Amino acid sequence: MYRPKKIFTLAFLYIVLINYTIIVIYPIFLMIQTAFKENKEIFLNPYALPQSWDFSNFIKLFKISDYAVYFRNSILVAVISIFLILVISSLASYVIAKYEFPLRNFLYIYFLAGLMIPIKLGTVNILQIMVKLHFFDNIVSLIIVYIAMGIPIGIFILTDFIREIPEELSNVARIDGCSEPRIFFNIIIPLLRPALAAVAIFNFVPIWNQFWFPLILIRSNRMWTVPLATAQLYGQYQTQYGLVFAILAVASLPVIVFYLILSKQFVKGLSAGALKG
Amino acid sequence: MADVYLKKKKNKRYYILIFLLPAIIIYTCFMALPLFNSMIMSFFTGEGLIPNQFCGFENYVRLFTKIPYKERFFNAFWNNVKFFLMVVMIQNLGGLFISILVTRKFRGNTFFRRITYLPTTLSVLVAGFLFCLILNPIWGLFDKIFVVIGLESWVRPWLGDPSTALPAISFVTGWQYLGIPILFFTAAIDGIDKEIFEAAEIDGAGIWTTVKHIILPLITPVIGIITILTFVGNFTGFDIIYAIAGSTGAPGYATDIFGTLFYRAAFAAKDRGGWGIGMGATVASIMFIIIFLGVMFFLFIFKVKGIRKKK
Repeated sequence: MYRPKKIFTLAFLYIVLINYTIIVIYPIFLMIQTAFKENKEIFLNPYALPQSWDFSNFIKLFKISDYAVYFRNSILVAVISIFLILVISSLASYVIAKYEFPLRNFLYIYFLAGLMIPIKLGTVNILQIMVKLHFFDNIVSLIIVYIAMGIPIGIFILTDFIREIPEELSNVARIDGCSEPRIFFNIIIPLLRPALAAVAIFNFVPIWNQFWFPLILIRSNRMWTVPLATAQLYGQYQTQYGLVFAILAVASLPVIVFYLILSKQFVKGLSAGALKG
Repeated sequence: MADVYLKKKKNKRYYILIFLLPAIIIYTCFMALPLFNSMIMSFFTGEGLIPNQFCGFENYVRLFTKIPYKERFFNAFWNNVKFFLMVVMIQNLGGLFISILVTRKFRGNTFFRRITYLPTTLSVLVAGFLFCLILNPIWGLFDKIFVVIGLESWVRPWLGDPSTALPAISFVTGWQYLGIPILFFTAAIDGIDKEIFEAAEIDGAGIWTTVKHIILPLITPVIGIITILTFVGNFTGFDIIYAIAGSTGAPGYATDIFGTLFYRAAFAAKDRGGWGIGMGATVASIMFIIIFLGVMFFLFIFKVKGIRKKK
């Protein structure tokens, strides 16, 4: 970090950044405040603050749809798939980072290729597989696909991290008669915490916002995730502005709050991944 | 001691397989194989979910030479190229500009840094729907700004006019995803040794010289990574077009890109632009080839060494 020299430079800096911040935040702010307005007010005073913060759009939205179900589905999918991504990729990363075995480098590159190749291009076959396994129209199909999608980045970040853990630690435990799984769970996993957090953060937003796979693999209302519900309900109520903005606000408020609370860890985790990527 | 350790390690070799197996099975069955099988599927034709008549390269010939296939395909290709060029300009130039500003030392820089990533956490759908409303000529905020500053002649249905729809969508994508290049660029600029900047300052180097001779050469690989990420993202992009222009890339296919073409071809009903699973797989295979060649090209241009760059 280096210090700007002149007052003039500093003024320029603030003017540009404040304008940029307005461009970034105002649309989001507009979306949230409009959700609290009645339909008439939206057209009369579209940009003023709402006269009274009115929850009727939200109440109506929750009445005509099953947001509790959509949120439950989205949370279940995100939590289960991220947890399994962490377990599966830390197990594999540990072996790849610490053991010598045939095809080790090939396997590492095989996993990393998934960073570059979008799984979306295999959707035709994924749909066929899910129909055959009777997971079509079931969130289980989403969980499986998201795990496959998250493994490359997980292995990438974790292998790098485990390599830096000194081998002496595990060797001391081995001499004490510790079994390999116990070394992994009792020594490696606690040390891995920051890297695991980075992988979880890296995967959370793309998984939470995933729209392509729900659109193709999910049909019935009770299996909808939040983004799928957003699209379906937006199409259905397009002309009722108050309701539409409530739909958008409900879809984005949880992520916005999550980001604002955790923004420090977020940026740290993502930059760690970014630097390595 | 080493002996004991080696012996133990040999006894425990079956753990290697057990630890690796879950990752190998899931990754292979639900990522690598589907990709491969989809390519295979492009050599088949027939009705239903699993086409079973082998037809060689017939699907490819149809895609490149027969109407309406070739029309839709080349239209999507050129739209995708334009879309990519516009977004990659916004991402690299805008991202670099903001990053150079926020990596300077001043009160509030952490606030500005964090705020830049906020739109990126939104779902693409929400951003798309939101800007549909903002760019709407009757109600929308965007045209109101022109009216206020006296440029009423600029007011237009940005998303309804075929000549402005794709640039407008590129702007929305740029707005949403600028956080990613900023994150990468700021991490890279923060990683540059502070002494280099101090030395430059002592030598009397201005901001422009510092950017041109210190920052730019050191972050060229990052520009390469941003370009590749944007390229892959845009050439498989779908959500933003679906949200703003629907699955046919309205108005009149002016915003139809590979993502929407693939969706329609493979998964839509026949009367809504569906071409059957075999043709859908063919579109996916061509997308795969284009993305593969593109990534290789950018790796070469930016001399990014493999997937891993030096820290």
